[in-house]
Amino acid sequence: MSSEPPTPARTAGADGRRHVVVVGGGMVAHRFVEALRARDTDGAWRVTVFAEEPRKPYDRVGLTRYFEVRDADELSLGTPELWDDPLVTLHRDCAVESIDREARTVTDRLGRVHAYDDLVLATGSNAAVPPIEGADLPGVFVYRTIDDVAALRGWVEAKREASTVTTRRGPLAKPVRGAVVGGGLLGLEAAGALKALGAQATVIQFGTHLMDVQIDLGGGEALKRLINDKGIAVRCDTATQAMRPHRRTGHVGRMDFADGGRLDVDVVVLATGVRPRDELARAAGLEIGERGGAVVDDRCRTADEHVWAIGEVACIGGRCLGLVAPGNTMAEVVADRLLGGDAEFPGADTATKLKLSGVDVASFGDAHGRTEDSIEVVWADPTAGVYKKLVMSDDASTLLGGVFVGDAAPYASLRPMLGAELPGDPGAFLLPEGAGAAPDLELPDDANVCSCNNVSAGTIRGAVTDHDCTSVGDVKSCTKAGTTCGACLPLVTKLTKTEMARAGLEVSSALCEHFALTRAQLFDAVRVADLHSFSDIIERFGVVPEGAESAGRGCDICKPVVASILASQGNGHILAGEQSALQDTNDHMLANMQKDGTYSVVPRMPGGEVTPEGLIVVGQVAKDFGLYTKITGGQRIDMFGARVEQLPQIWKRLVDAGFESGHAYGKSLRTVKSCVGSTWCRYGVQDSVGMAVELELRYRGLRSPHKLKLGVSGCARECAEARGKDVGVIATDKGWNVYVGGNGGQTPKHARLLAEDLDTATLLRTIDRFLMLYIRTADRLQRTAPWVEEYEGGLDAIREVVLEDSLGIGADLDAAMAAHVEGYQDEWKAVLEDPEKLARFGSFVNAPATPDPALAYVPERGQKRPATPDEVAAGAAGPVDPELVAVVDGPVLVTGPTLEVRA
Amino acid sequence: MTLATQQDTQRDTGSAPPPGPGWEAVCPLDALVPERGAAALLTRPDGTEVQVALFRLLDGAVHAVQQLDPYAGAHVMSRGIVGTRRGTPTVAAPVYKQVFELATGRCLDTGGKEPRPGLSGDLASYPVAVVDGVVRVRVG
Repeated sequence: MSSEPPTPARTAGADGRRHVVVVGGGMVAHRFVEALRARDTDGAWRVTVFAEEPRKPYDRVGLTRYFEVRDADELSLGTPELWDDPLVTLHRDCAVESIDREARTVTDRLGRVHAYDDLVLATGSNAAVPPIEGADLPGVFVYRTIDDVAALRGWVEAKREASTVTTRRGPLAKPVRGAVVGGGLLGLEAAGALKALGAQATVIQFGTHLMDVQIDLGGGEALKRLINDKGIAVRCDTATQAMRPHRRTGHVGRMDFADGGRLDVDVVVLATGVRPRDELARAAGLEIGERGGAVVDDRCRTADEHVWAIGEVACIGGRCLGLVAPGNTMAEVVADRLLGGDAEFPGADTATKLKLSGVDVASFGDAHGRTEDSIEVVWADPTAGVYKKLVMSDDASTLLGGVFVGDAAPYASLRPMLGAELPGDPGAFLLPEGAGAAPDLELPDDANVCSCNNVSAGTIRGAVTDHDCTSVGDVKSCTKAGTTCGACLPLVTKLTKTEMARAGLEVSSALCEHFALTRAQLFDAVRVADLHSFSDIIERFGVVPEGAESAGRGCDICKPVVASILASQGNGHILAGEQSALQDTNDHMLANMQKDGTYSVVPRMPGGEVTPEGLIVVGQVAKDFGLYTKITGGQRIDMFGARVEQLPQIWKRLVDAGFESGHAYGKSLRTVKSCVGSTWCRYGVQDSVGMAVELELRYRGLRSPHKLKLGVSGCARECAEARGKDVGVIATDKGWNVYVGGNGGQTPKHARLLAEDLDTATLLRTIDRFLMLYIRTADRLQRTAPWVEEYEGGLDAIREVVLEDSLGIGADLDAAMAAHVEGYQDEWKAVLEDPEKLARFGSFVNAPATPDPALAYVPERGQKRPATPDEVAAGAAGPVDPELVAVVDGPVLVTGPTLEVRA
Repeated sequence: MTLATQQDTQRDTGSAPPPGPGWEAVCPLDALVPERGAAALLTRPDGTEVQVALFRLLDGAVHAVQQLDPYAGAHVMSRGIVGTRRGTPTVAAPVYKQVFELATGRCLDTGGKEPRPGLSGDLASYPVAVVDGVVRVRVG
């Protein structure tokens, strides 16, 4: 991050590169840098970005999600590597204060002067603060940046705390009363945010109905009902005259309306619109539009040939556009122009889709039917809160626009058809799903599918045909379609699959050559058909190849899947009868195979809690059997280097001391990690260890599509890192918050909030149902994070199933989990009690107690480890090789299966 | 290879048919769990030890291949999952899941991996005979 000397030197610098300075660090600036770096393969430009906020560009569209994830990182855009690019410099917390167009330099807030060859203004907008008396009172917020959102949250929490009184029945808090001025897109998101913070919310709308820019009156009425259902009050046709301070606190306390009405409030959010931040452009003498914004032409260039403007600060075609999609298009245009291209801004796509959780609102094109002679086709179902409208040309053939409230399902496929002829009766597209067959739409190649990233149907098809993409994930990373707001993902998926099928690529969801079903389908099939053995299952559901008599005997893919399904449906011990032959070696040996063919042993330590006596037993066992010991990531102890024939002896000692299998080997519950919680910790608000122990004992042995890890933290400090788990439980002063779908590993994911402030019984039922639903419907080896993502309807739909029993399967899921809890037995104890199962733990069928003679170990840091092939070769060659000594830094001792490290 | 009625040798006990060159009695057939492997420690005619993986299939056939997994370098083949690929009996290596044909030891699917230096990517296979309920293998 070096500052530039204010040299007048233009064109290429010492490195032969030209320099483009971007003022502003928002989404559009991010897109510009991304586009320029992607296309400028020769490195003709280096780019410097000045961001006012102290963070990298983030997803402002997803701001409401910040309440859910409470983690700014989750809103980050694109790949972080972009900012590691040596040709990209990002100055954070570093606004530009002035532009000298003559000298072609900018001066930042630290007084440093930076020369540019070209300058891109991407300063975006400010939240407009309406000239209402009291708009500057404490407690009045705007809703624009992460800091705004964080400040709002802090205020609501402080208000709640201040109003809390302690009664004999415990602490009681008065609800925090919030109001939002403005009933547009942003206002509704802000109202949703207030609700998410546990505050009351009233939306004050000056116009006749909500979102009046995007949707018509009928849609607005339907939307109001849906918003009311969320517990948010709505007041339309209302002008706010003043906000009055509270007498005692001086904070905002009351709103006065023009019609004489009043509303007591503790917090107000102003969401009345945005104003382009054109001060720099003004001061630099650039032309400013009538309603603000730096005036640019179709190339996004100002009258100064070296100054460009993109995004909300650009006044293009006489107006500023407050949406990210056209901003991204402008960014692409300028990147192209800087590289000598001739791209032009094609006009704005003002389609919008509201993502206030659970409420679908979308509109595109001429939503108000303002086109001359246009006709409207409306479907409304007031009881269900659904309103759908298409605006068509006078002959009812050409699609001019649409409004969707309560059910935006047709939006994704219809929006790209804007201006095109719809096949058949337009009404068919509005009917509820399944009610009538809407004709299949074959999108023209130039139809815009992803308006955020300006990706056409043709580009998506090309990703499959020309760029070898074979999955939706591939197509997303190749084209960027669906990576910003995600609204077009269903369409991207459909296009990808159609194109793959057309290219003859198999879009197979078959488990393997033996089963054409997915794991979820097989799970249901086995359950419904009431089958209990692999032989019956493959006979009934297996694929019999042409000319063959049977489906064969399975493979290393389908056998463990069937084993897991059988275990989830209560078929006794996992090594009982034929089930034994289905298990991977880890499950078969009830231990984890390591690289040399020995196993590691992990006794369960629920919640990471272990007595001194227990530790001594573990230590003594490890010592007696010569095992390498290490603490696992799941708060327990792993003992490595156990040979097959040693496993029963080791477990006899552990079981006698009260330990049981830790299932470290299974696709099943591993551990429930916990912090020490309120019993010892000064900050803990709940007994996290107690809860972790309860959860671990409840779900131990539960077989699942992949491993399961849980975590419980005793307060919001989150020391147990529960949000990195499949199910994370975090204590609140009112109960427990539960988060789902997190994992570490290669693609770390933070778990997302499923439910808040649950009591213990509800928490258990919620986790029971979540886990059972996952076990029943996930793919093979699909962890909870991708499962949640791919579940139809996503986390919202899962929440409805789990908390509101929307599918009516709640009792069934509860019963399945109850059967698991009831039927649990320690797998190792059962093996030790059964001579037949025990017989499998011999090293050799003709010499059951003889150790594998090929095992070899060397000591390291006071324990043993497997010898490397070189060490084995050297050891076999005889005396110690001096070179090898240098390598392993100590005396080399290659020894057979039993190595006494310390006498 | 399965030779269900072949007359052959047993070296260790006197109650068996007369010894032939290289055949070693390993275990009763009943000691092998169908579709699950078992390891055996055998001695070649030259006196060196060799580890063998035995697999009993549902139809009673028994196959023997080398116990050394050439891709992992560990003696673990007997702990793989038995199955079929297009009807042919197979075992999948338990470490990196290469698939081998049980009858010949041929590798059908390397999973994109190379065998350890100096090792063949296919498994050695050994002749097996089951006589009077006793499994015999010739490693010579």
